[in-house]
Amino acid sequence: MCGIAALQITNPALRPQLGSLLNTMLCEVIERGPDSAGIAVYDNPALTDPDTTVLSLLGGEQALSPAGLASALERELPEAEVTVEVLGDTTFVSGQASSTELTAALETVLPGRDIIGRGRHVAVMKGVGNPRDVAEHHGLTSMTGTRGVAHTRMATESAVTAAGSHPFSVADDLCLVHNGSFSNHATIRRDLERQGVVFDSDNDSEVAARYLATRLTAGEELESALEHLGTVFDGFYTLVVTTRDGMAVVRDPISCKPAVVAVTDDWVAMASEFRALADLPGIDHAHVFEPEPGRVYTWRA
Amino acid sequence: MTITDYSPAAPATPQAPPTPAQSGLRESATFDRATIADIQRAASTGIYDIRGWGAKRRLPHFDDLLFLGASMSRYPLEGYRERCNTAVVLGDRHASKPLHLDIPITIAGMSFGALSGQAKEALGTGASAVGTSTTTGDGGMTSEERGHSKTLVYQYLPSRYGMNPDDLRRADAIEVVLGQGAKPGGGGMLLGQKITERVAAMRTLPVGIDQRSACRHPDWTGPDDLEIKIGELREITDWEKPVYVKVGASRPYYDTALAVKSGADVVVVDGMQGGTAATQQVFIENVGIPTLAAIPEAVRALRDLGMHRKVQLIVSGGIRTGADVAKAMALGADAVAIGTAALIALGDNDPRYQAEYEALGSTAGFYDDFQDGRDPAGISTQDPALSSRLDPVEGGRRIANYLRVLTMEAQTIARACGKSDLRHLEPDDLVALTVEAAAMAKVPLAGTTWIPGAPSSTGVVV
Amino acid sequence: MTAVVQSTAVADPTGTVRGTGPVTATSTATVVDLAATSVRELNAALHDQADPTRNWIITHPAGRHNIAVGIDRDVTLRVDGHVGYFFAGMHQKGEVTVHGNAGQGLAENIMSGRVHVTGDASQSAAATGHGGLVVVEGNASARCGISMKGVDIVVGGNVGHMSAFMAQAGRMVVCGDAGENLGDSVYEARLYVRGQVASLGSDCVEKPMRQEHLAELAELLVSAGRDEDPADFRRYGSARTLYHFHSDNADAY
Repeated sequence: MCGIAALQITNPALRPQLGSLLNTMLCEVIERGPDSAGIAVYDNPALTDPDTTVLSLLGGEQALSPAGLASALERELPEAEVTVEVLGDTTFVSGQASSTELTAALETVLPGRDIIGRGRHVAVMKGVGNPRDVAEHHGLTSMTGTRGVAHTRMATESAVTAAGSHPFSVADDLCLVHNGSFSNHATIRRDLERQGVVFDSDNDSEVAARYLATRLTAGEELESALEHLGTVFDGFYTLVVTTRDGMAVVRDPISCKPAVVAVTDDWVAMASEFRALADLPGIDHAHVFEPEPGRVYTWRA
Repeated sequence: MTITDYSPAAPATPQAPPTPAQSGLRESATFDRATIADIQRAASTGIYDIRGWGAKRRLPHFDDLLFLGASMSRYPLEGYRERCNTAVVLGDRHASKPLHLDIPITIAGMSFGALSGQAKEALGTGASAVGTSTTTGDGGMTSEERGHSKTLVYQYLPSRYGMNPDDLRRADAIEVVLGQGAKPGGGGMLLGQKITERVAAMRTLPVGIDQRSACRHPDWTGPDDLEIKIGELREITDWEKPVYVKVGASRPYYDTALAVKSGADVVVVDGMQGGTAATQQVFIENVGIPTLAAIPEAVRALRDLGMHRKVQLIVSGGIRTGADVAKAMALGADAVAIGTAALIALGDNDPRYQAEYEALGSTAGFYDDFQDGRDPAGISTQDPALSSRLDPVEGGRRIANYLRVLTMEAQTIARACGKSDLRHLEPDDLVALTVEAAAMAKVPLAGTTWIPGAPSSTGVVV
Repeated sequence: MTAVVQSTAVADPTGTVRGTGPVTATSTATVVDLAATSVRELNAALHDQADPTRNWIITHPAGRHNIAVGIDRDVTLRVDGHVGYFFAGMHQKGEVTVHGNAGQGLAENIMSGRVHVTGDASQSAAATGHGGLVVVEGNASARCGISMKGVDIVVGGNVGHMSAFMAQAGRMVVCGDAGENLGDSVYEARLYVRGQVASLGSDCVEKPMRQEHLAELAELLVSAGRDEDPADFRRYGSARTLYHFHSDNADAY
């Protein structure tokens, strides 16, 4: 139960404003989810680099200092140059390795970390408390980027923790946020667990993220994977999925949970309420609509 | 439902033929006679059985709990002499005009339509006489109802039948209904026999149709939207009225927590024994959890949020005696609501209508065809001839009497436990008679410190 | 609130709203800036029957929820900008206009009076409305007119899926297209659609357009300030097969 704000910028001239635009959108959906928040930003050169994998770790303070963590990881990954940067409540670990290798090294050096984001394009930040503060701690307004998604959460059946916050980023450069409530996620979770999938939280939305990641990793296209999701998951949902090169929106066949999309030549945006879109540049001339039930919408950057 | 044969076997007499058991016949526990009748009824009609009342199956209940009266380690209060407060304030979290009730026993929501005008009047005058509230139902507020009830809670339901802002402003509190214990997740029903011209006009429906009302609210879903909806109701009524949120007991921990987060002043949790006017039997008997199991979970949610006693909890579903009132309150409720028991106080299932119950294919003590509109007691009917049998003045007196007895019984127990206020009863005053009740109520099995499922069985409720 | 309210001369308080009825003869309005005044203060002022103000202009609504809910007097109110959920909820008597878009539950349970939106309305517009007129010049999304109980709704654009679900009474006019399952489980409401209907819901059927229907449709279009030709519309309503429980209808329950 929450608020969603997502923005994908196609016009390069607007990309420096991604963070400030997303922050404005986020602030308009705070009332929908005051417990906690999460934000994903794609292609912010300060945090990500296409030649390097970045892991986003929950918590600004780790058992090792940033420099200590970096050198410990470099001992595990002699080929890689590792950097560790702390921003607000999140620690970013970067290195020239695959996310699997980097994750394994991290698990050796600092076991039990919550990895909330991974990939070469996306940085994920989460925190408990007022979403406005979470965004401010991470300096969202000054971030540049190609797309971003922000989520404010009112926890329903799982705990109010940063780990339970959206987005769920469980495969490289894949993020999923959800507003609503699935009604058969426990069974799907068990099916995935039997296939060897490991979960980080008890959140129903993570099940959707893992399901999607499994299909995408097997080589399926995003559109097709989301259509399959619609045949497997029951309940009420508005989902936003972001990848390294695009963004998708899908609602369940009943579509009670709110969603508004606005599209211009410069950007595509989605939010739980129109108010979050109202200040975007050129909104007066945007094509504004509410996604139809059960239909998968995708936009490539 | 039609009762085939629930009566106990007649005592054997020299003249009586042998009972089936005496003849060596064995009845199936799985396919007992009621089940056989249900299957045959389904096969002949092709439609599910709809009836009134709540769950009839045996459930862990307040009967499975006992109070630990004071003796040496604690001191009791003198009955009738030393004060034991029963008054309760409901809805002082946000509302500028919270309810001040003299007793913590309220009348649950039952609609005009489901009940006769006479029954509604009796409930209103009876409750007002002892300083407590009544509640409207799925069908709007009648002017008579407003007139008879000193304190009236106006239900805000998915159907919005008869919903209008004038009545909202005339109400003393607003109850946003998400569900009820008899059918969490289900919508309302009122069958054609009861959709008279007046009921139809109140609900903007054609006369005589079978009314199926919505299970979800038409303009919001989920707690994030509910928060905005509660804001709207407060704005319309200038933040005067307490806003209750009523849920049927199924996941009471989450539902209570989310009601609080959505801004409720009062949370109402209705267990599966809670009654209904017309619902599928399969729903009544198989969906939801017992009242006993629901209370501790709702209280845990309030405690976890630091809101116990700040957001009040009203519990309903199977409250019959003052002991039930005291037990619900000891588990953490601030007040209770009664529905079925109030109808029984009015004369529902009274043996004096035995012949008529039999003519309807039922018997006194079993009658549950509230959907049918042919209630001999004149309560769950819109038939003028039947409803005129219920004298609303006498009915009001009976309701007031019954509410007074419930209150005095609860006080008797509270004083015995050394409490000068009903709300000072606590789980630690209770023990359980069965392992099931101990686990659900989270109180120790009598004579032990064992709470099944508790992390440490020290007798401390967790 | 007085500190932030100012009286100002307004040449035409209804501005350039397309389709509003006759302009009320007035030259002043009270302006309430929601950047400086809370929604709660605004609503309290609107509810104050002793308040002599008849014309209101609301600025900087910023999509806030529950603006102008529970109005129960003859006021004219104009909002310059977008509004959130439940705008003009349970509206009575007055005439309110939004120059912008409206969020979920626009004019829910409206009793009388008029609510007009120049842009789009989100889902459940005019839900359970008992009377009055709701006009949306743009599109209304899903569940427009759900459980309507006598309200009249005129939508200039399209309506989304499940519109007029369980609609009990009143009239709904859609000048554009209707989404899936129009009029599912409809009772006695009358539905008029000019464009395509994606599909009809359970128990909703097309019905002949008789003279009386053309006449009432023409009246509704005029009152909403529209110039579509009633002859271009089709009428839909209840087949009344679900009015009584019957096992043959099991698929529809």
